[in-house]
Amino acid sequence: MIKIDDYIPIVGQSTIDEIRMLAAKMAGRRVQHINSTAVGGGVAEILNRMVPLLNELGINAGWDLIKGGQDFYSVTKKFHNALHGRPEAIDQRDFDIFMEVSRQNIAKLDTSSDIVFVHDPQPIALVEKKKENKWLWRCHIDVSSPNQKVWKFLLDFIVKYDSAVFSAPGFSQKLPIRQFLISPSIDPLSDKNKDLPQEVIDGVLNKYEIVRDKPIITQISRFDYLKDPLGVIEAYSQVKRYIDCQLILAGGTASDDPEGQKVLDEVLEKAGSDKDIHILLLPQNDIEVNALQRASDIIIQKSIKEGFGLTVAEALWKAKPVVASSVGGISLQIRHKYSGLLCHSIEGAAFAIKQLLHSPDYAKKLGANGREHIKNNFLLTRHIKEYILLFLSLYHPEDVVNL
Amino acid sequence: MPPSGMETPFVFYASSHISELTGLRASTLGQLLELIRDVPGSSIYHHTHRFLQQHQYLSPEPPNDFSYWVADCLGDVELGEKLASIDTMQFLTIRALRDKITATIEKHLEENALVKMRFARSGEEFHFIKSVSFVFSTNYVAHDLDEFAQALKKVTIDSIYFHIFEARLRLEKKVNDFSNWIGSAIGDKQLANKISRLDPYTYTLEDLRNKIIYLIQKRSS
Repeated sequence: MIKIDDYIPIVGQSTIDEIRMLAAKMAGRRVQHINSTAVGGGVAEILNRMVPLLNELGINAGWDLIKGGQDFYSVTKKFHNALHGRPEAIDQRDFDIFMEVSRQNIAKLDTSSDIVFVHDPQPIALVEKKKENKWLWRCHIDVSSPNQKVWKFLLDFIVKYDSAVFSAPGFSQKLPIRQFLISPSIDPLSDKNKDLPQEVIDGVLNKYEIVRDKPIITQISRFDYLKDPLGVIEAYSQVKRYIDCQLILAGGTASDDPEGQKVLDEVLEKAGSDKDIHILLLPQNDIEVNALQRASDIIIQKSIKEGFGLTVAEALWKAKPVVASSVGGISLQIRHKYSGLLCHSIEGAAFAIKQLLHSPDYAKKLGANGREHIKNNFLLTRHIKEYILLFLSLYHPEDVVNL
Repeated sequence: MPPSGMETPFVFYASSHISELTGLRASTLGQLLELIRDVPGSSIYHHTHRFLQQHQYLSPEPPNDFSYWVADCLGDVELGEKLASIDTMQFLTIRALRDKITATIEKHLEENALVKMRFARSGEEFHFIKSVSFVFSTNYVAHDLDEFAQALKKVTIDSIYFHIFEARLRLEKKVNDFSNWIGSAIGDKQLANKISRLDPYTYTLEDLRNKIIYLIQKRSS
């Protein structure tokens, strides 16, 4: 079990002392996280690491899941896509399914903690159960231009929370409640991000029959239209005309994402018989993801929409040059030409990849700057500190709080 | 409360921040100006100081979101430079700093009518954010300059940030806490002046730490 002091070699003793000091102000308070999946996706990944550390810091943190069947998750996936601005046919039956499952969860879940911390739209209706305690709604998705029908439906719930939390400034809307900007984070000590011996990296490449005889371009993402894996293959094809390289598309599917298999099938079809395209289904194998990122020459994240894009932070932490779409939280992580290259199209992505493959020193510099930026702003310790401050803000409405 | 002077030990405080979103955004220079006039002081503070902690290693990064946005998103490099070169040390209150920023934009608009036509592309609007500060005491206390220099080596950069930037401007103490204590409690006006004459906006926080330690040790030796 990882302890908070294990982070001292990375962030320094004084940073951990400061977190302890702030946590002491919340000692004994009960904080209950609620989301819809225990595995798959960034939310579950962060909670898995954060909840034990919050407990070690003296905050009584718990984590509960709502329950829903296939119909419910099909509806919430449609909500997810619609909130990201994708056209979706949503009718009254979808809202009815959502409310029916929400009512079942409202009846079953105990929400008596001092702070109830609800993640994403799936459990949002639980707020109907709010009493005198404090409620937070954490939106991990890009709602900068949401489908208005779905947003208005959710708004009736959002306004009942004490505060909302978004991952990027562009996601904020005019709301009658306080809203905070807190970026997600990566854990530098997790299997996905810790240093790996070369033999582990080589072992993973051998397992998937990947030979490092030409540059490796990799996108790690679940198979989802919003991650644009088909666009990545197209960009790779444009690069391949001039530079002999190989592409890895690797990822799993989240348990609350029923669309994954369909996307994977389309990706396999587009890849066709190209032996230099490696499509890997890696259900929750963090060491393998880590090894693939470290083995890569360039990491790409060509998302069409992105809540935050933790894979970008993971790649930068490994000092890899990254080419990524300028969407959602990605632009918080990459300053164009300083800590990576941002793109707005398939052609732009292909051009950036070619630039980096032709200029390895430049690529190396971008990666080094990127690692420093992640170290300063997007590690789990910063996230824990901001969550504690968020909890404190629920009891202190002022702009300068003397603790 | 943070230290205020005479014959008291120096208690190191620190401040941590979270960003509160306002939902207000600007796509043009005109909108930006209008909102700069109206938003709370904690928003002006955020956009003129955020860089110091988030991009501490990027010095000499201009500590000013307005300048960055005007240059990079509106493409107005000239105004970007004017906003970046506003000397924050010359202002004792957020109010005065805000007035300088608005006056700079107003003048530029008067002299360059065409800049009104420029607008940021979708997704690159300026989003106004407020800084919410939580101030707390650390375990570090100094009774003399030696202890002070030793503590200064160990405190977080958040503590240095608080005593140098936040105390002077946001809490309107006019002078940074270090100079205040060294001048009044220790009685070393010369050292106090040397520290207050540093332009901290042109240092990284780590460099600022080292510079102040150097000034103290140089004085002791």
